[in-house]
Amino acid sequence: MKVVYSDVLIIGAGLAGLRTAVAARQRGFDPLVLSLVPAKRSHSVAAQGGMQASLGNSVRGAGDSEDIHFEDTVRGSDWGCDQTVARMFTHLAPKAVRELAAWGVAWSRVRGGDRQVVINGESVTIHEPLGAHGLITARDFGGTRKWRTCYTSDGTGHAMLYTMGDQAIAHGVPVLERQEALALIHEGGRCYGAVVRDLITGELGAYLARATVVATGGYGRLWSASTNALINEGMGAALALETGVARLGNMEAVQFHPTAIVPTGILMTEGCRGDGGLLRDVNGHRFMPDYEPQKKELASRDVVSRRMAEHIRAGKGVQSSYGEHLWLDITGLGAAHIDRNLREVKEICQYFLGIDPVKDWIPVRPTQHYSMGGIRTDYRGESPWLRGLFSCGEAACWDLHGFNRLGGNSVAETVVAGMVVGEYVADFCASADGDLPSAGAIVQEFVEREQGRIDAILTSSGDESPTALRRQMETVMMDRVGLFRKADDLERAVSELSDLLRRSHWLGIRNRRRDANPELVAAYRLPRMIKLALTIAMGALARTESRGAHYREDYPERNDRDWLCRTLAVWPAEEDALPLLEYEPLTVNTMELPPGFRGYGTRNIIDHPDTPARETAVETTRQTVADPTARQEAIMPFLHLLPERYRGANQRFVHPTSPEN
Amino acid sequence: MSQRTLTLQIFRHNPRDPDSQPHLQSYTVEEIPGMTLFVVLTRIREDQDPTLSFDFVCRAGICGSCAMVINGRPGLACRTLTESLPTTITLLPLPGFELIGDLSVNTGRWMRGLSERLQAWIQQLAPANVDALEAPMDPDVAEQIYEIDRCVECGCCIAACGNARMREDFIGAVGFNKVVRFRADPRDTRSDADWYEIIGDDNGIFGCLTLLGCQDVCPKGLSLQTQIAFLRRKMVTASFA
Repeated sequence: MKVVYSDVLIIGAGLAGLRTAVAARQRGFDPLVLSLVPAKRSHSVAAQGGMQASLGNSVRGAGDSEDIHFEDTVRGSDWGCDQTVARMFTHLAPKAVRELAAWGVAWSRVRGGDRQVVINGESVTIHEPLGAHGLITARDFGGTRKWRTCYTSDGTGHAMLYTMGDQAIAHGVPVLERQEALALIHEGGRCYGAVVRDLITGELGAYLARATVVATGGYGRLWSASTNALINEGMGAALALETGVARLGNMEAVQFHPTAIVPTGILMTEGCRGDGGLLRDVNGHRFMPDYEPQKKELASRDVVSRRMAEHIRAGKGVQSSYGEHLWLDITGLGAAHIDRNLREVKEICQYFLGIDPVKDWIPVRPTQHYSMGGIRTDYRGESPWLRGLFSCGEAACWDLHGFNRLGGNSVAETVVAGMVVGEYVADFCASADGDLPSAGAIVQEFVEREQGRIDAILTSSGDESPTALRRQMETVMMDRVGLFRKADDLERAVSELSDLLRRSHWLGIRNRRRDANPELVAAYRLPRMIKLALTIAMGALARTESRGAHYREDYPERNDRDWLCRTLAVWPAEEDALPLLEYEPLTVNTMELPPGFRGYGTRNIIDHPDTPARETAVETTRQTVADPTARQEAIMPFLHLLPERYRGANQRFVHPTSPEN
Repeated sequence: MSQRTLTLQIFRHNPRDPDSQPHLQSYTVEEIPGMTLFVVLTRIREDQDPTLSFDFVCRAGICGSCAMVINGRPGLACRTLTESLPTTITLLPLPGFELIGDLSVNTGRWMRGLSERLQAWIQQLAPANVDALEAPMDPDVAEQIYEIDRCVECGCCIAACGNARMREDFIGAVGFNKVVRFRADPRDTRSDADWYEIIGDDNGIFGCLTLLGCQDVCPKGLSLQTQIAFLRRKMVTASFA
């Protein structure tokens, strides 16, 4: 049996995984990164528009702070997030962007002096301070009060991942490509590593480590239309679910991005609207101001997506052979701006649609985009149920995003989480808990179990097709667990998915090779994907309220009284037909920002009984405690939760009072 | 447009199977509007032949996974529309890289090896203080760096390079482009004398025969011709310094 030892086994080589690996290496531990694909092909590379960090260098970001970023993030989450984690995150985001700047990301920079921008469909002149010339600039994004999204044209993820990939190489971090983790090895509440299959040779091995980190991204490919890369099949979350011990958090919290092109589902960055792009209907009418007069196209993503779907339902969609869509119009931005700041958008339009967005409107519709849910961890990134199992990035739910993620907060989260979780992983490795006990028998048992599963598929006489069942699963998710949800749809989804799970035990494959075999891979992933789909559909069915991206037509109100809680899903035994759901409360009395109205549509909230008292308490503290540090400590302390090296205050450019500078 | 029937001639070989002989296998697919080679290959694998190996990840022309030789020309399969091709389409794996099987090649290992050889990362004297205001950079310089940094390491330039066929260790346009990228970056502390140590030989800048197949096929439209000429001038100067 092949056994490979390291200090930290990291599954996934996107931004979160690589940053964690670099942190572990800097602390003197040996990381080993496994990836399905070469590191620089990870889905992080596809992030276009940018990364939120409250640097406040641009004149439109003047006055920005961690405080405002925090409030935007909590509101964006529809009060579903962990506010302590949101505080940690907004404190670290400026450090992360500056670290990446030092490591080589060519962030777009402030150009001092006058410049033309498009705001609300109008061309406007703004004056950037000359003193900020050359500092990192930012663009507007949805759901934010300041221009806060740092960017590199519309290839931000590419620039970040290439820099991080280069740094991983510089730090000597080994990345084993085309390796797939099939199971986490664990016993007695301690994770020891993973059973790993080489996707070229088919060989299984045991990769043992003091700490195991899952950073495999989201689960968008459970839906038939997703902006996600093909590798985002949720296998990291499935690894955790199949332990029968670790919990997944808020799996029903799934974001649909407003602007993916039709029919391929390829993303058009939110930067299109941030930079001044408009949404239009079949009549060419700009409809968002009718629904959301304040934020218009730049309302939170969940809101814009729902408004678009609502508008299509009202008969204002554009008919096409691929179903109805709406238009994204960036023609007002001009060729020079598009060639400089939206070049990927232009390239995708040319190659996949045969149009030029400088003069043509882009066919778009809401499409699955982001998984707020994932492996439930504490603020350190560790599973409370399985010591030594950590997770970060989109794969995890340490719970920065609650029920809706703000644009620009995902790539920011990947690197921030890598910085934080990497330090805590190193602390764990350095502690007595971090010793790797000898675990011979259990390792053998896990490897044999996975070999048995593969052998069973390769020799099966079953007649169910993995391709056919997978398409059915994707259709169920699309039709019944999408943007608008209701009880009868979700009940049918659960029953149909259960049926698919049963049938997935009788898969038959035509290609019986043990080495590189894509059909075998599809077959062993399918039951895991269906299990995840069940946690999502059941979570959505049980949650009889609407919060952020989880919208129940039969329960349109946000119900803080009964549902201010996080869904936890666990799958106790392999033979179980369904997951178990549990809930952990979000405590109003410890919140810095007590639940309130987000300001979209009309107020439709069943309040939590503790909210008024908490509002008063927070307000009183704000009035009576003058020192900002003491005030934060009194309302909601968080600095002590950060690794010591990241507790320092963030320096900012001081904007001149005279606009001439 | 009347519907066409496409004939795909696809390279097949499994280097791990002693009985496997490299050959072309034929498949037919009914064309649909807006069809890409990603759609074609996925359908063939799902409906006709589950043994076919190929690599797609982003399927949006961003990640560089799916480069292959399409009717004689290296390119990204995911964003190649079948309507831009004749009814007979021949697909071969990228030459110059280890064959994993059929259309799948190991570009990842090659590219990592290249980065290690070139030390293709920012080399600084001291780590940055992440609490402090970042060092300013001229906005035009930042844009120039990003322009060069847009390479997706797809391997097309290596596949199209005559010299790379003859010299296994030739760093190729992807390598030159990386050197130009870090050389242009004010954050990097290396001098031309340092770069000369790394690329001042026949596996580096003096090996290029200026055939410029790289320039013709780069899916990102990078100015490889200009970068190579520029770098050669700088390295010739460095050699006399």
